[in-house]
Amino acid sequence: MADRVRRAKQRLDAHVRETVAWHFDPATGCPFWLDVASRLDWDPRETIQSYEDLDRFKFFEDEWLRGGPVRQWVPKGLADKPVFVFETGGSTGIPKSRINCEDFRIDYELFSETLSDEAFPKGADWLMLGPSGPRRLRLAVEHLCQHRGGICFCVDLDPRWVTRLIKTGRMELMHEYKDHVVNQGLTILRAHENIRCLFTTPKLLEAICERVSLVKAGIKGVFCGGTQLTAQFHRFAREELLEGKIDFVPTYGNTLMGLACHKPFDPSDNYSVIYYPPSPRASIEVVDPDEPARVVEYGELGRVRLTTLTREFFMPRFLERDEAIRHPPCEAYPWDGAGDVRPFSGFAVPIVEGVY
Amino acid sequence: MLHLPILRFGQSYESIDKAEIVHHATGEVVALVSQANSGLIVRDLHRTADDVLERFSVVELFALCQRAAELFANANLPCGDSQQSFDDYIRLLSATTGMPVSYCRNNAEKVRRVLAEIDLVVRGLTRGFDLSILDRGYGENAGSMLSYFRAGRRFGVVLPSNSPGVHSLWIPAIALKAPVALKPGREEPWTPLRVIEALSAAGVPREAFGFYPTDHAGSGELLRNVDRGMVFGDTNTTRPWVNDPRIEVHGPGFSKIVLGDDTAEDWEKYLDVIEASIAANGGRSCINASGVWTPRHGWEIAEALAERFAKIEALPAEDPQASVAAFANPRVAEAISVSIDAGLHVEGAIDVTRSRRGTDRLVRRGRLAWLLPTVVRCDDREHPLVNREFLFPFASIVECPTAKMPEAIGPSLVVSAITGDRALQTALMNSPNVDRLNLGPIPTMRIAWDQPHEGNLFELLYRQRAFQTEPAA
Repeated sequence: MADRVRRAKQRLDAHVRETVAWHFDPATGCPFWLDVASRLDWDPRETIQSYEDLDRFKFFEDEWLRGGPVRQWVPKGLADKPVFVFETGGSTGIPKSRINCEDFRIDYELFSETLSDEAFPKGADWLMLGPSGPRRLRLAVEHLCQHRGGICFCVDLDPRWVTRLIKTGRMELMHEYKDHVVNQGLTILRAHENIRCLFTTPKLLEAICERVSLVKAGIKGVFCGGTQLTAQFHRFAREELLEGKIDFVPTYGNTLMGLACHKPFDPSDNYSVIYYPPSPRASIEVVDPDEPARVVEYGELGRVRLTTLTREFFMPRFLERDEAIRHPPCEAYPWDGAGDVRPFSGFAVPIVEGVY
Repeated sequence: MLHLPILRFGQSYESIDKAEIVHHATGEVVALVSQANSGLIVRDLHRTADDVLERFSVVELFALCQRAAELFANANLPCGDSQQSFDDYIRLLSATTGMPVSYCRNNAEKVRRVLAEIDLVVRGLTRGFDLSILDRGYGENAGSMLSYFRAGRRFGVVLPSNSPGVHSLWIPAIALKAPVALKPGREEPWTPLRVIEALSAAGVPREAFGFYPTDHAGSGELLRNVDRGMVFGDTNTTRPWVNDPRIEVHGPGFSKIVLGDDTAEDWEKYLDVIEASIAANGGRSCINASGVWTPRHGWEIAEALAERFAKIEALPAEDPQASVAAFANPRVAEAISVSIDAGLHVEGAIDVTRSRRGTDRLVRRGRLAWLLPTVVRCDDREHPLVNREFLFPFASIVECPTAKMPEAIGPSLVVSAITGDRALQTALMNSPNVDRLNLGPIPTMRIAWDQPHEGNLFELLYRQRAFQTEPAA
């Protein structure tokens, strides 16, 4: 294991050098980072030789992603590619925008390799019942399904509307909207026999399972994400909602970082949901909230710090609005993981987390 | 470590998610309480048999409740994975709520009495018709055909931590054949659990009980997924349910003592009743008076009450003389005190107790926090400290012409009107503001079982239907 960890770290360092070289090369980098580099008294391409060296940059601020010009983020090296823009955090004010060309497809193709063919059969159709609109998730899940040879049925869910209903205390309307979404999903499920796989959020999964047995509906695997997943929910989902017969794959991801995989189910984890980032394309670290340059010890709680390292997007040291427990490398993923992710408790005002 | 599981209609369930409840004075963890995720509650509510108590007659259920009363007060009963004596129960109840031990015993006695006198309580709720009608579904009563059906198939209660006496309000549901799903107050799982265990030991099927410690979201799902429910809590907790006819809301009571023109001069005679109404049970109930309305002598009444209250000290919960509760969460006490001070900054109100006592109402000793009884004299009935209610003995004293009182007092759970003035009595009787009216010097805290107030559990759970029958040919 030690050897695998060492090799993974070498691969990460090499990837860091490659990514920094791309983003800070005037021929390939994006205007934003080239502008940053022009104001530094050091050259990132020379100074940044390892993952740790990324500490030389200031913490990435999500404010930089709010508002335009969005083209400042398009690397010159990708100028001829079609550009998508995906948004996150748009419940209040200006959402954060991230440009994408191929990243979402690459992320989900890599993720596909972690899925079992038994639970997510090749050629099976999917139902995507979750956040859509300007989010990456709908296209990404659809691509995942297509990559595995299936066709993806999609039902819209507007999480910004849900958040607004919750914030204004209109819970009945929120439940009515949830029912509206679930009803559409159930109609699709009943009408299309080849649907074997489902992507949905925890709350929608509960609501669907109140109405139908997914086992009887022929579902083999459920891919679940979009909001916080507690260990207790994880257990409840496996044991009761999915009747112990359907594979349950929890995920943690966002538009900025990509998609993390969960550690393969191990009863000794007592249902803790432990995520591992898609290294070397991204990392999830757990840091001291008061001293965010310092990674906490294994088993300790801290704030989630993300780093994204792709040709499309360079985001060093971004402090996420989540907290988690740091976990050591595991067999499947020889680098650090983060478990029991939940909204960061250090904010003065509680975040209205998606109840979708 | 003592662990309290979720009860899923008969089955114990240990959650991965557990909350610690601590000793109010030492901060030491007293128990771990399994927390239910909201989906689990919803799932259970839709899957449990709602007719589990229908095989018993109401009279048989009375007998089981009466046996449970005895067990509640005397037996060793299961408490999570251990056995609990009555004294253990009182000790734990005081430890996590901060309530004086003597008050815990008084409240436990109230709970025991409801079980022991369940027939009286239910007859109070049903106003005396032949209860076998509930067993058969219909029957003749006083020459009329009556038929009822239970609309409350699934009954859920979101309980508070402030005073164990409130459990007297849901217990009759069992005698009325409704299975219950209880969400206990965070610091007070003890009483509902002991009542459940006493009833189970007496022979009520365990399938009739759900016990779901949970968070705010879980409480909401519980109430959303029952046919009938009760919620206790402050205005913020209860607001979403105020207009929901399925849910009986037990929010702040804003209970009051009212003096008339005929009695205001003799106010001193009624000081004991006023004092007890404000301060009994640590001032924690919605039936504690939080206002005294009088046409005259407001200042003297406030001064006299303050003189009495100034003698009350912050004492440890075990002290037999303790009469105010320490706060399980000291920050709550601080927040309440700050809120009162903010009100006092608005001109026209004086904290009479503070000047009399010479010290602040908030007492901090280590981890402990108390709020000492507080009387505020308000010059104006529109002052922001009028019609406020807090989790300790607090009252505002207001002068108001008696002709204006019935409307001006606002919604009031209990009004004890100390007056012989027929006009005032009649106006109060006609006022929709008054939920329970006591005429005469009766403490607001005094409850008569046959006089249900703040809703009627029977009327919540059952509906009358028109009914005719004729033997088949």
